[in-house]
Amino acid sequence: MADDNKDFEPILIGFFCNWCTATAADLAGTTRLQYPPNIRPIRTMCSGSVDAVYILRALLAGADGVLVGGCNPGDCHYVSGNFKARRRIAALKTILETLGLENDRVWLRWISAAEGQKFAVTMREFTEKIRKLGPSPFRRNWSI
Amino acid sequence: MPRNDLLEVKDGDVTGALRGFLKSLLEKGLLDALLVPVAVPSGKNAVQTLVEDIGQIDRCEPLAPVMPVNSAKIVSSLTRTGAPGKKIGVVLRSCEIRALQELVKLKQADLTNLVLIGTDCFGTYSVSDYSEAGVSTNAFLKNALGDSDPKLRQSCKVCRYPMPLNADLLIGLIGMDLNRELLIRAETAEGERLLRALGIDGDGDGGAAKRDAAVAKLAAAREKEKNEFLQKAAAEFGGLQNLLSALSSCVACHNCRVACPICYCRECLLDSPTFTQWEGDKYLEWAGKKGALRLPADSLLFHLVRLNHMGASCVACGLCEDACPNGIQVFKLFRLGGAKVQQLFDYLPGRSLEDELPLTAFKEKEFKNFEL
Repeated sequence: MADDNKDFEPILIGFFCNWCTATAADLAGTTRLQYPPNIRPIRTMCSGSVDAVYILRALLAGADGVLVGGCNPGDCHYVSGNFKARRRIAALKTILETLGLENDRVWLRWISAAEGQKFAVTMREFTEKIRKLGPSPFRRNWSI
Repeated sequence: MPRNDLLEVKDGDVTGALRGFLKSLLEKGLLDALLVPVAVPSGKNAVQTLVEDIGQIDRCEPLAPVMPVNSAKIVSSLTRTGAPGKKIGVVLRSCEIRALQELVKLKQADLTNLVLIGTDCFGTYSVSDYSEAGVSTNAFLKNALGDSDPKLRQSCKVCRYPMPLNADLLIGLIGMDLNRELLIRAETAEGERLLRALGIDGDGDGGAAKRDAAVAKLAAAREKEKNEFLQKAAAEFGGLQNLLSALSSCVACHNCRVACPICYCRECLLDSPTFTQWEGDKYLEWAGKKGALRLPADSLLFHLVRLNHMGASCVACGLCEDACPNGIQVFKLFRLGGAKVQQLFDYLPGRSLEDELPLTAFKEKEFKNFEL
């Protein structure tokens, strides 16, 4: 089964906070680190501003994976945004799990501004893990 | 030790006894007005009514087994933009008080100058069942907890909190011999003050103990019912196919949201231009991506988003399901999601105004397992 997915190119959405994860993404770029092109980055000011509706909208539209990237707890540029993001993602993943909707397609990672290497590694890990999971069941589901 | 008084019931007229109590609160000037269910002239419904005139109390039906609207919304509409200048007693059942506590935390209601009079609740009928049945409240109360009543709403059958939390005055019915008396307990200093001023010489500690024991027994039985219910719900809604099947008849009318006491947004995101003002070409694009596009769009998304936004505060009143024009088991879905989120945060909505809303509070170290 895993072999069938070798040709599958996941569509991944990334909500990256401006101050940490998006900066790390830039750093990965300027230091020419290679990582798979599957991630579509969306820059938000804070991981705490990522509402469940954005993640759910992406998933239901057929995104194979959604990653929310923020500052390390305690380092949030807005003090406590990432703490709330953590709670919000915990609630979202709990609801998805309860309804049997593959909660492992939603990831939360803390990647700080200096961690360009970690960013690239995380993108590679995300791509490969979601590739193994296969296409989202929402991809061709029009009756939602 | 909270003050317990017993209110005498004459001729088996529980409603009459409570009417007398409410009248005395107004007569003695302890309250200026009451928000209390009153029978509409046709008798087919009992609706929350703001009453200053003592004469109207004779038509009030504080214990009628019907809840057309979760009264927390009504209290919110009365107090959201400013507390009343006069003292109003609000007669609410348990789920209404719990929803009100949540609305206060969400800054949508103000308890200043309100006296919360909470009633034990044996459950309610749907508004249409109540209007058709010619229900006698006194008969309903006497029979409650006897044979299981098929007309009781599903949400009431699995209600874990038939007793009010955080009332000023508690009207205790469960476990009482309602042909003789009902219990009135002061749960706060304000309630104490009122009972003392009324001077009902009740010596109710014995009756209170009986009622409390009966409440504990009922709550334990309901806990079992609730857990069985949630287990069935998890199986019924587990997986995308099952979930979509349950939502087959959804037409995205959003009436469940309108009925929900917790959903207070003036403009729901799913009704805003973000989701409603797209041109035809955009819809064609979406239809192209998936092969087709169900319309009206975003019906599953609406439920998932609403679960995420209000699930933590869901008080399980079940009016969402009553509101659905197509009979979707919205209560089952939201009770399930709400219970899981509340369990995650160890949060009971309406337990206390001191409990912080789970989605705005946080601890420095927690939920490490979600940082996948």
